[in-house]
Amino acid sequence: MSPVLEVHDLHKAFGGIKAVNGVSFSVQEGEILGIIGPNGCGKSTLFNCILGQLEPSQGAVKLDGLDVTNMRPSALNRLGVSRTFQLLQVFPELSVRENLILAGQEHQGSMLGRLFGASDAGLSEKAEQMIGFFKLGHLADAKAGGLSYGQQKLLDAAMAFMAGPRLVLLDEPAGGVNLTMLGDLKERLRAINAEQGATFVVIEHNMDFVMSLCTRVIVLAEGKVLAEGTPAEVRANPAVIEAYLGH
Amino acid sequence: MSAPAVQNSTASRLPARRIDAALVALVLGAVILWFAPVGMGRYGTYVLSLWLVMSIGVMGLNLTLGYAGQSSLAQAAFTGLGAYATAILTTKYGVSWYAAFALSGLLTFAVGLLLGFPALRVRTHYLAFVTLAFSTLIWLLIRNEQWLTGGVYGISNINRPDFFGIKLFGALEFHRFVVVVTLILSLKLWWLVRSPWGRAFTALRENPVRAASLGIDTRAYTLLAFAIGSAYGGFAGSLYAPLVEFIDPSPFSLSQSLFLLLMVVAGGSGYLLGPFVGALLGVVLPEWLRFAGSLYLIIFATIVLALLVICPQGVCGLIERGWNALRRKTGGAR
Repeated sequence: MSPVLEVHDLHKAFGGIKAVNGVSFSVQEGEILGIIGPNGCGKSTLFNCILGQLEPSQGAVKLDGLDVTNMRPSALNRLGVSRTFQLLQVFPELSVRENLILAGQEHQGSMLGRLFGASDAGLSEKAEQMIGFFKLGHLADAKAGGLSYGQQKLLDAAMAFMAGPRLVLLDEPAGGVNLTMLGDLKERLRAINAEQGATFVVIEHNMDFVMSLCTRVIVLAEGKVLAEGTPAEVRANPAVIEAYLGH
Repeated sequence: MSAPAVQNSTASRLPARRIDAALVALVLGAVILWFAPVGMGRYGTYVLSLWLVMSIGVMGLNLTLGYAGQSSLAQAAFTGLGAYATAILTTKYGVSWYAAFALSGLLTFAVGLLLGFPALRVRTHYLAFVTLAFSTLIWLLIRNEQWLTGGVYGISNINRPDFFGIKLFGALEFHRFVVVVTLILSLKLWWLVRSPWGRAFTALRENPVRAASLGIDTRAYTLLAFAIGSAYGGFAGSLYAPLVEFIDPSPFSLSQSLFLLLMVVAGGSGYLLGPFVGALLGVVLPEWLRFAGSLYLIIFATIVLALLVICPQGVCGLIERGWNALRRKTGGAR
């Protein structure tokens, strides 16, 4: 079975600084891959290169065997790749429900069809399901800008799943989320992975979150892959302990 | 991947269909404006018509700037293009006003689409300067190409259209025609901003990077925001020409574009009814202040300044804030 995502020898330099320096990996269908590493090791730059937000200096990205290097983010999303950002990126002036409808609407028919179709693009019921699934039921009509940080994080994650993506890249989903909500988020992600077979790539600093959620972990250091393996293997790797985890 | 399963039925939690307050206000406003000029005289009726025509132009800029977040200082240029296209087509080529109206819309849509391309590369004040240059270019063309536009002498004897055989030469008849056209264009815009396109425009304004990551083709929506907003400018110009029956370059200069921008901001950027309030402040308020003689412009400027300081979200923003506060208060009392 060919991998969902393949990254071949990816490089990204900013002037003389090599933020990503020859990274290669692949992600199989249904896998939850974690990417960890110290601040500035190139995790978010790697995400942005994969997702077309930054142009890689060298290398290739393939989705289901199709070369998608430098493809625009909107086109990539329509191929089934979704993401969340390190910093919160919900639409504050729209309600929770509208945020979710917005997250799925571009996958409903043609652009002209959407103009002449229903104002909710036929997504109200699916949005309600997502609202229930991510435990945001009491906030459906509230403006996203008025939600707490943790609630916005849940909404951000829910938006990433609204279009039924094949691959979801989550950039620090646990950042700034309290323990109760973190548990909720982990539970939701696991459920989607188990029920729908969704494939995830997760960047995270919270080791407990990564080690308990991910099936495989890649460790980056100075833009390169330092180690790769199961959470237990990575945790025991002396190079990883030295460079990142500490004693 | 379908939506995850949930235990509870969600159908009961779907939002109930509500009557849209903005829609009611639009229809009610049209009914009031239909009868408003009775006993008002020619000039009063003209001012009301001018208010509505300006509202259409401001509606377009409100879509481009207020909903989609694209800066533009060229709306008066599009109004000018619409006005001159209509005037030239009807007076020189005998084209019916209705065909000229549609062609003016098409022309300004196409030119607006082209003006949208710089917006794909530059944003904020850089984009504003690009549109400023375009505005100046159009004004110079209108003023200098005398063989086509009449230059500073303008184009006169622009006839008002018929409506199914009814002559609209009188101020009241033409006003009612303007009310109907304004209502139709307002309803179209109401429908547009409630559609998925409207949501995409808002996403483009609030966070284009996130919007793109959700599959929204930000390039297409940016171009459409410019094109549709410009077409509304063209429609406004197409109504303006027969309203005043004579056009020259002066009402389509850069200062008028800035004035239209002021109307968007003062009325409430990104609010459907904002353009009507903004144009009321820009067109009708100065007329109400004429009792103050030569001081009226100073009073007008003071009112606008105070309004923007007190409520940067414009009058509609102020009303929304007050309404929300009232709802919280009554909700808390229950």
